[in-house]
Amino acid sequence: MMRYSAFSVFLQGLTGNKGWASAWGSPTPKSHYDVIIVGGGGHGLSTAYYLAKTFGFRNVAVLEKGYVGSGNVGRNTTIIRSNYLLPGNNPFYELSLKLWEGLEQDFNFNAMVSQRGVLNLYHSDGQRDDYARRGNAMRLHGVDAELLDREQVRKMVPFMDFDNARFPIQGGLLQRRGGTVRHDAVAWGYARGAASRGVDVIQHCEVTGIKRDGYRVIGVETSRGFIGCDKLALATAGNSSVVADLAGIRLPIESHVLQAFVSEGLKPFIDTVVTFGVGHFYISQSDKGGLVFGGDIDGYNSYAQRGNLAMVEHVAEAGVSMIPALARVRTLRSWGGIMDMSMDGSPIIDRTHLDNLYLNAGWCYGGFKATPASGYCFAHLIARNEPQETARAFRLDRFERGYAIDERGAGPMPNLH
Amino acid sequence: MASLITCPHCGRRPTQEFTIRSDASLKRPAPDASQADWHDYVFLRPNPRGRHSEHWHHSAGCRRWLVVERDTVTHEVYGVRDVVSDLAGGAR
Amino acid sequence: MSSFRLEPSTTGAEISFTFDGKRLKGRAGDTLAAALLANGRQLVGRSFKYHRPRGVLTAGPAEPNALVTIGSGAFAEPNTRATMVELYDGLEARSQNCWPSVDFDIGSINGLLAPFLGAGFYYKTFMWPKAFWERVYEPLIRRAAGLGRANHLPDPRRYEKTWAHCDLLIVGAGPAGLAAALTAGRAGLKVILADERFERGGTMLNEREEPEDFDLGEVAAELLSLSNVRIMMRTTVVAHYDDGVFGAVERVQKHLAQPDPNRPLERLWRIVTRHTILATGAEERPIVFAGNDLPGVMMAGAARYYLNRRSIAPGKQTLIFTNGSSGYALAADMEARGLTVAAIVDPSPSTPWAGKAHVIDGVVASVSGGRRPTSASVRQTGSSETTDTFAVDSVAMSGGWSPIIHLACQHGLKPVWSDEFAAFMAPEQGGLTVAGSAAGLSSTSACMIDGAQKSARICADLGRAISPAFSGDTETSKAPRPLWHVANPTGKAFVDFQNDVTAQDLLLAEQEGYGHIELAKRYTTNGMATDQGKLSNVNAIGILAEARGLSPDTIGTTTYRPFYTPLSFGALSGTHVGPHFAAVRRSPLHEWARKNGAEFVESGLWYRSSWFPRKGETTWRQSVDREVATVRASAGICDVSTLGKIEVSGRDAAEFLNRVYCNPFAKLPVGKARYGLMLREDGMILDDGTTSRLTDDTYVMTTTTALAGPVMTHLEFCAQVHWPDLDVRLASVSDQWAQMAIAGPRSRDILSEIVDADISNEAFPYLSARDVSLFQGALKGRLFRISFSGELAFELAVPAGFAESVADAIMQIGARYDICAYGVEALNVLRIEAGHVTHAEINGTVTPADLGFAKMVSAVKPDFIGKAMLRREGLVSQNRPQLVGIKPVDPSHVFRSGAHILNKGAAATLENDQGYVTSSCYSPHLKTTIGLALVADGPNRHGEEVQIWNALKDEYCVGVLCSPAFLTPDGRLNA
Repeated sequence: MMRYSAFSVFLQGLTGNKGWASAWGSPTPKSHYDVIIVGGGGHGLSTAYYLAKTFGFRNVAVLEKGYVGSGNVGRNTTIIRSNYLLPGNNPFYELSLKLWEGLEQDFNFNAMVSQRGVLNLYHSDGQRDDYARRGNAMRLHGVDAELLDREQVRKMVPFMDFDNARFPIQGGLLQRRGGTVRHDAVAWGYARGAASRGVDVIQHCEVTGIKRDGYRVIGVETSRGFIGCDKLALATAGNSSVVADLAGIRLPIESHVLQAFVSEGLKPFIDTVVTFGVGHFYISQSDKGGLVFGGDIDGYNSYAQRGNLAMVEHVAEAGVSMIPALARVRTLRSWGGIMDMSMDGSPIIDRTHLDNLYLNAGWCYGGFKATPASGYCFAHLIARNEPQETARAFRLDRFERGYAIDERGAGPMPNLH
Repeated sequence: MASLITCPHCGRRPTQEFTIRSDASLKRPAPDASQADWHDYVFLRPNPRGRHSEHWHHSAGCRRWLVVERDTVTHEVYGVRDVVSDLAGGAR
Repeated sequence: MSSFRLEPSTTGAEISFTFDGKRLKGRAGDTLAAALLANGRQLVGRSFKYHRPRGVLTAGPAEPNALVTIGSGAFAEPNTRATMVELYDGLEARSQNCWPSVDFDIGSINGLLAPFLGAGFYYKTFMWPKAFWERVYEPLIRRAAGLGRANHLPDPRRYEKTWAHCDLLIVGAGPAGLAAALTAGRAGLKVILADERFERGGTMLNEREEPEDFDLGEVAAELLSLSNVRIMMRTTVVAHYDDGVFGAVERVQKHLAQPDPNRPLERLWRIVTRHTILATGAEERPIVFAGNDLPGVMMAGAARYYLNRRSIAPGKQTLIFTNGSSGYALAADMEARGLTVAAIVDPSPSTPWAGKAHVIDGVVASVSGGRRPTSASVRQTGSSETTDTFAVDSVAMSGGWSPIIHLACQHGLKPVWSDEFAAFMAPEQGGLTVAGSAAGLSSTSACMIDGAQKSARICADLGRAISPAFSGDTETSKAPRPLWHVANPTGKAFVDFQNDVTAQDLLLAEQEGYGHIELAKRYTTNGMATDQGKLSNVNAIGILAEARGLSPDTIGTTTYRPFYTPLSFGALSGTHVGPHFAAVRRSPLHEWARKNGAEFVESGLWYRSSWFPRKGETTWRQSVDREVATVRASAGICDVSTLGKIEVSGRDAAEFLNRVYCNPFAKLPVGKARYGLMLREDGMILDDGTTSRLTDDTYVMTTTTALAGPVMTHLEFCAQVHWPDLDVRLASVSDQWAQMAIAGPRSRDILSEIVDADISNEAFPYLSARDVSLFQGALKGRLFRISFSGELAFELAVPAGFAESVADAIMQIGARYDICAYGVEALNVLRIEAGHVTHAEINGTVTPADLGFAKMVSAVKPDFIGKAMLRREGLVSQNRPQLVGIKPVDPSHVFRSGAHILNKGAAATLENDQGYVTSSCYSPHLKTTIGLALVADGPNRHGEEVQIWNALKDEYCVGVLCSPAFLTPDGRLNA
């Protein structure tokens, strides 16, 4: 692989940039792979990367029906954080944040990891107590967390509405190590890193069938013909139910649409990630200058990557209520992504009732921040048939056995998580 | 999602008046059904890409539970009826 | 020579405005862009990456270059398209993204570094040393990026939102839209005609003359006379949602020098329509050649608008580079006004031309100049060398036309490539018709006829047959072979002007594997600027298609998303901001609480009385301590009206309750209340409350405040979906009844004075619930002998309208018994002392057993919601967090909710976590902090000392686990 560096940029600049190689090539599918990963999004590509890099697998393919990173990794709001409450979640997301912290040097791609802080506002004593519980759980695991009062928050983000609000801001839970990452670059960095280690990243190859011999998967039917494999791994969040259905598996998942937005490009306006504590609204600013913001899922099952006007309005109302100056800022674009909403708001990284079929699903609206750890833990599971330590709780049978990982306490109502 | 839902009791109304609850194809098992049946009912979803029937509550209207047949890709609504099918039309 | 205004000038009074602080003159009817051009001001902005000088390129919403900040202070609006701003007297505009000035911008040094700043260069560097990204590189990049500056001052202006309904929405008031509106208007359809501009006419405004049979004034007059046609100018339809719902934003007062503060600045319309005609016109495509971004290079159609409509000439020596007829029309217009056209350069000349200018079969290889064109090199077809060089001061270009089809493609339907039109066309779909140049037509009369005919067809479909307002043939001419770019450019040739994306950048993306149109977009940022690629997307597709030898069809487009043009947060949020962000619910006792001095706290939509400070009390704790002490010693009254109240009636009401609660309800006697636990189907507690049987088949249920709505919905689901065979009716009566708790040892004495019936302990024992008459029969109420505070207590419900007088009476009578009003803070202390749970404990992950209610769960009922799943392994484990009381070993120590619990001596790790404090308060009776907690195996650990761990507050103390009931069973406090 051609190494990226200031020097290589300089050298190529002098020679008309003619020498840059294709980042992941366009390999023709082989007839058989040790591992096939379905889904060339963030999770599938990071799984391939760690399978190759950490677990020594070389004969691996990632099959993507669209282009690299065409799913949620390319349409999220780029936030990373590890401010989780429950012991089933917290160590996993912290592992992910640690991986983010060294990612760019590791895969030699600048994904613009920016630890500018994630601040969750609270507006009532009850919310404050919930955040205290959460922040202390984080601290118990050595994760950074601070509970700010109103004046501390005002100092950080002075232009929010502290004086005229329907639900006045009382304080916030701050994780300074949280932040944002350039989302597309994550997919590209992993794809390039995996490809350079021998993984075939195959675009425009849709899986249409899963071929079995009893309880063993022997390969997949695809739009580019049958491809055999020893192990099959699904990482198709958003469409998990559709792909799992090819193997006759019904999942504890509903697909929901989540809208996100970006404003026109602006000079630096807000230098941290802030979430509003009433209604749903969160905002950050990209390095390009666009304010990136969003709200809640629309609330109904959908596989269409678009939402309703009512939710757009709600998001804007919360935004202006939080930062009155936003009224003059213009929204450039809105889009929708399809979320695997699980029955407890937490993901699944597990084996299935088929011997060699592995499942990575149910990321709700929080899959992006999990990308490195999800790939690492899924690779671990595929390679060793044993869950990685921090991902032990993400079992498929946890609902049957009564071990839901329910941060919100909303129960089996996916649209409430 | 459709921007408008035609309630059989109240007529064509904005979707914001309604609240979705769940897949209407799921039927609550008998009290003595197996744990496996109960698990399937409470936790598993067919989650189809395409035609889907759902329970929607006309919460800002007649407060009846309705079955909405619609498409999860095109968002087209095929039909709306009261959960108690003989109440399909008419007022109550 | 720069652009200038020809004399005689257009009508329109002279008005003044400022650009970068300099006072300039314009004329009423000018856009800001027109006024700048009239002043010879062509350099108005700097580009995103290379800070190249840029000027006005278009005359419409696609403008990528002429972005300015309008106004200042709390009125400053960055990134505003000068081409869409109506000039008004005193308008202030400033250039952006430049320092120290737009004329001399230090950032333009980036242009020299261009070889090293190719597509995606930033993904390949800035990684070393690691810490430098956030400390050095990123802050520099962030400062350099962005365009305008948005300040942080609150916006003082008003916005609003509203609905409109119609049979036919017509987007675009050009020839097609006007003709369509006239036809449908005559047919009697309810029509909305919306256009983003302030003048009707669309591209007709570019023309020197109106077509013979179309008198714009007459058409407008007739439309205005039709009451069923609503014309909405300055209204951009920006988004298309399901079921014919469109979002549109009306710029109500943006064009006014003195806006009325009582009217909105902008208004968001949600338009619901049965059918839509898109008469949105077409966008002229730039051509990608070296120097195509110099100020003074302009779209040919835009140049026609400025010339014909505003009498502004682009310059004195204009070169026209056109692929198709547009450039010839400009040349004719210019020559008619006595202006010089240096030459017309056309790579496939087929347009008839009888003018003076010389037509060259070829391409413009490059335009050079510093901040405006000085010369242009032309390459004749078949030659690889420059064959002619012209001294020019301006260039007009036209690469062809792309129909504006955004609104037809926001639904997942992809545009369709047409070789005939050399453009992407709208996909066919129900309910939406595309007409005029948006459908590929070019002449004004063809557009008019097309609009009228398509409108007539829709009228017929909607049952209002009519003949089209105009008729005739709408023959189309085949578009020339598209020219996306001039090969082998000798300088930077821009595809995306605002983001500085060149053809080379796109080819580099292709070389590096980012050739898919979506990847190319994301890698190069082509089409991601504020114009969303209105001018650049199709050229990028063409260039990528050519590089791969494919048809643009195969490349496909990027996804069209809302919004067609950017719209403000203000318009989207309307009045629902600040204090009006959410509705306000006030209890019927709100006024009573207010006059008794209550402090209020938000609780969902409600404001609840929190505490009632009295003279001399300076902290909330003093008030709360006093209220608690008073309740325990004598009596208190608290507003609990916000609890949900649901009447459950019918023959099967008892059976219904028996199925929705986990504890038995079938045999609750008339006149009795019972505490009930309602589960979710997964076995976790949903809500709790008391339900009382008032008559044989009438019950009244209370829910918590927060879940009043969800519980009602849940019960309706159970009644209608699960058990429609049960005869049960549900009515929410939360708003009909006010409810107050009267608690404390003297509560009975006080109530006895207003309740007509005997309420002695014998006649009205614990858990009695009855309709009662009050004030010697003056009022009916409901009395419950229930207690949330652990004391002797009652809850009295009265019709909401009488609430205040009843509470006043109780306060008056109670004064003799030392009654006090108490709020939710004191109520919280009282309930923690009593060990009663709220949603701090019922957090959605607890079972009845977790809260000590294991024995309440019926083992004999065949069915209730939650029964089956309650048996799961994980829900019966002893190690689950379960409810305990907790207090500090040293009573002077303080702890708070949210603190975690660790075994004594255990290291502070997540593995050692035993649970957490759910609720805490200072107990004035026990003179110490007390709390409730959920602790692993808690009920078996009473008496055990534990660490109470709160790293966030740096508070650590030793606590002891105990029974959650800090009161003895006889109602006394456990000391």
